[in-house]
Amino acid sequence: MDIPYTVEARPDTGLYNAKVGIWLFLASEVMLFGALFSAYILLRVGATGDLWPHGWLNIPIGTFNTLVLITSSITTVMAWASLKMNQFGRFKFFHACTILLSLAFVCIKSYEYHDKFTHYEIHLTDGRIADGHLVKSTPEQVIIHGRFVEDRKELFDLRAQGASHTHEEITLPRAQIKTMENYGPWHHTYLAVYFTLTGLHALHVIGGALVIGFLWGPGSKLWRQDPDRFTNRVEISGLFWHFVDLVWIFLFPVLYLL
Amino acid sequence: MNHEEAEHFAQHVRRYLYVFYALLFGTLITVGASYIPFGNRELNIGVALLIALGKASLVGCYFMHLVSERKMIYGILGVTAFFFLGLMFLTIASFSDLPRNSVTH
Repeated sequence: MDIPYTVEARPDTGLYNAKVGIWLFLASEVMLFGALFSAYILLRVGATGDLWPHGWLNIPIGTFNTLVLITSSITTVMAWASLKMNQFGRFKFFHACTILLSLAFVCIKSYEYHDKFTHYEIHLTDGRIADGHLVKSTPEQVIIHGRFVEDRKELFDLRAQGASHTHEEITLPRAQIKTMENYGPWHHTYLAVYFTLTGLHALHVIGGALVIGFLWGPGSKLWRQDPDRFTNRVEISGLFWHFVDLVWIFLFPVLYLL
Repeated sequence: MNHEEAEHFAQHVRRYLYVFYALLFGTLITVGASYIPFGNRELNIGVALLIALGKASLVGCYFMHLVSERKMIYGILGVTAFFFLGLMFLTIASFSDLPRNSVTH
């Protein structure tokens, strides 16, 4: 016995089952990300103004990642449209592009995460603060490419400083280091929010890419048996993908630009 | 698929491409607008979120086909919007609930 309304629409709602299901799921996802966004708002508004970072994220890289995700959105919808026009070859091409773009997004995100995890704020025993990216670490010394600052507040508003500060190679004997902490989620509330929001988003990108990859690969044999049902599955995966893009459309300005 | 249906979908494809170009442009003006000093930070935030809302509307309406969806989907989205806005309102309203002389005041 077949499950009814997997392809044809229910007469009362005008929708097939999976479409109702995915929109209900997306509604729950809106509340998930909404909760995290509202937590960010609360933390941001409650923070002391001059101790909230600006310019800690690379805007050109973030912009490029945004363009990657937007392009993957158009390739997803073109894949579905290709199936509607009975062009299976074009579907395969566009969905392959979507998968490659999603991999590019995750790789770029990984690079950004790596950049943060190799960026250190070092407090020395003489009261000075050094800040920069780790070049080399030995039991005797730490070498970073960065700068010294007199006041920790100088590390926060990098956008206002622009290119006014210069970086150089700094060698620090370990005996002079009081504390050394990288720019992980523990370093500042902003980074905790950044890693939580973008990490959860990246998991959604990976999950969506896995589903799209299945439909591109072994799942595509349903096209021969039941093309309409397969087209509906592609539409559903596309709706999830567009939601992931939607979340990033808000994440990018909130975290990178404001 | 007959010729009429193929032509109908070809029009849709053109629309998708126009939306794509609009999204690319929207991304660039989002970044550009963030560098313009509007006078106060709230205005910068407002402009950025307004552009983001415009882009999100394009994705929702055309890529997610919301312009031509059924009433049930609109109903689901309406309930979602109610609870989402309620969540944001509660967050912002919580600032009036803080005791005097607390850290954030």
